[in-house]
Amino acid sequence: MNNNKTEEQMLTTEEIAQIEHEISLVPQKKAACIEALKVVQQHRGWVSDESLKDTATMLGMSAEELDSVATFYNLIFRQPVGRHVILLCDSISCWVMGYEQIRDHLMQKLQIKYGETTPDGRFTLLPNVCLGTCDRAPALMIDDHLYQNVTIEELDGILHHHR
Amino acid sequence: MERPLTKHIRPDREPLSLQEYERVGGYQAVRKALQELSPEAVVALVKDSNLRGRGGAGFNTGLKWSFVPMGPDVPRPKYLVANADEMEPGTFKDRMLLEGNPHQLIEGMIVASYAIGADISYVFLRWAYKKAAQGIVRAIQEAYAAGYLGQNILGSGFSLEMHLHTGVGRYMCGEETALLNALEGKRAMPRAKPPFPQVSGLYGKPTIVNNVETLCCLPHIVNNGPEWFKGLSRTQDAGTKIYGVSGKVKRPGAWELPMGVTIRELVEEYAGGMLDGYKFKGALPGGASTDFLVEQHLDTPMDYTSIAAAGSRMGTGTMIILDDQTCPVGFVHNLQHFFAQESCGFCTPCREGLPWVEKVLLSIDRGEGRPEDMNILDFHTKYLGPGNTFCALAPGAMEPLQSALKYFREDFERHIHDHQCPWK
Ligand SMILES: Cc1cc2nc3c(=O)[nH]c(=O)nc-3n(C[C@H](O)[C@H](O)[C@H](O)COP(=O)(O)O)c2cc1C
Ligand code: SF4
Ligand code: FES
Repeated sequence: MNNNKTEEQMLTTEEIAQIEHEISLVPQKKAACIEALKVVQQHRGWVSDESLKDTATMLGMSAEELDSVATFYNLIFRQPVGRHVILLCDSISCWVMGYEQIRDHLMQKLQIKYGETTPDGRFTLLPNVCLGTCDRAPALMIDDHLYQNVTIEELDGILHHHR
Repeated sequence: MERPLTKHIRPDREPLSLQEYERVGGYQAVRKALQELSPEAVVALVKDSNLRGRGGAGFNTGLKWSFVPMGPDVPRPKYLVANADEMEPGTFKDRMLLEGNPHQLIEGMIVASYAIGADISYVFLRWAYKKAAQGIVRAIQEAYAAGYLGQNILGSGFSLEMHLHTGVGRYMCGEETALLNALEGKRAMPRAKPPFPQVSGLYGKPTIVNNVETLCCLPHIVNNGPEWFKGLSRTQDAGTKIYGVSGKVKRPGAWELPMGVTIRELVEEYAGGMLDGYKFKGALPGGASTDFLVEQHLDTPMDYTSIAAAGSRMGTGTMIILDDQTCPVGFVHNLQHFFAQESCGFCTPCREGLPWVEKVLLSIDRGEGRPEDMNILDFHTKYLGPGNTFCALAPGAMEPLQSALKYFREDFERHIHDHQCPWK
């Protein structure tokens, strides 16, 4: 791998400061690793190999060790994602209430499958486990926004909110 | 009907501020416990109240606490963790308590921490609960500012730190030992028990993990006493319970009700009955990892003892309904897809068995099943059952499968025989 990082790949002073703050809150450096990954993802949308390495160094971990944590969790992205991430609940109550129609409509409208990003970089579509709002199924989240009792008729309007 | 846990929660769930919470009696239990009662007395009170853990296993809360080493020479710091991971499919009860009244949870956590002598406490919250996270952060700040958290709380000599940790998504984080690994910044894999977390938990120190709803009961038990708490229930299991219903009913939702209301009351009265044109076929009474109950069980009281006697588990108390127009094979396939995906991969039966089960169910659902597939499903319910895997995820996954094979066996066989799904 190329060790000459471009400036863009290096952690910013802001990221470094935030990660150091997280480290200061825990009894051992490693314990801050999930928080540190969150910091990086918040700034960049995802965690690249370069960011992962630098973060690992700050935490006194090997890159492999940190990657084993990063890849265990569903919501740390190790690949680039779009400006907005759609998390569509595919668990049982949403299945009973017909989430599959919402899925098909989204895939058709955006012309992407699960795990893909629209060519304009606007949306990434991912399935997600139960969002804890099963009485208002089907449900999905776009970034931090929760949408409940979603219907196909409403979908276009919902997508429109996220440019 | 008394609804101690939810009566102050607004319909829009706008959280109560500190002042609003205090105005309705908030933090009185902290005053009473810290200023009038010894930690041992609080443990005894909770034991007497017969409060059983609302996270799924239903273990007596006071008894669980009593295994924490007490006294001046024990390892420190000790920890208390509120399990707010709530990722069991079909479960949406803790969300209500977290969003609607975060101070009630914090008060419960202070009471629990005092009882076990904890120095540091965490709320372990799932990522998706954004609104809850905002409310909790604010409520923790308010509680520090008012002197309910921090050093020497209300002059009692008891001190407690509290932090919010937001997880990054994995069902295993809810299992209490895996949760502790996640808090330590590791993969959320479960730990061997013993040692139990009460003795060796977070960073190897004594730790109690309790469910959000369990903790929210505590202020009310301290304020009103164990007899009052038992009196809230219709049956031998004490208290109220937050029940939920989802699926094809007229009014899906969650309600705090006396422990022991029947399944029929929940479905017909509270959830308004089935949607027109749909019939009740079965239900998972307490989330994805509980056994199906069917029409003959409709009059069973929803409490730990009665649901167990009917062959299932109370679990989280949030029920998922299977209707007559939904295919039971597809239903169970959806559940097994979830469990296979969320398996942590540590032990072979679960890591290899769940994907196999998922594939077999998919082929049956598509009309490509063979008669031998029934045996494959049957033996998995044994090999992935209790005692054969490292944690309770796989046995939990087998509960809806084994009961579906019992109650809906004909439906499975019809798929295989007719080479198609009768519901498609
Ligand atoms: C796979 C798995 C997931 C779990 N998820 C949760 C959860 O999200 N919330 C919870 O309170 N308990 C969950 N539990 C149960 C916890 O391990 C633990 O029993 C509970 O938090 C204890 O609290 P209680 O005694 O107050 O019920 C889960 C258990 C397993 C095996
Ligand atoms: S039963 Fe499944 S989730 Fe539990 S330890 Fe084994 S592989 Fe992991
Ligand atoms: S099953 Fe979709 S929100 Fe619970």
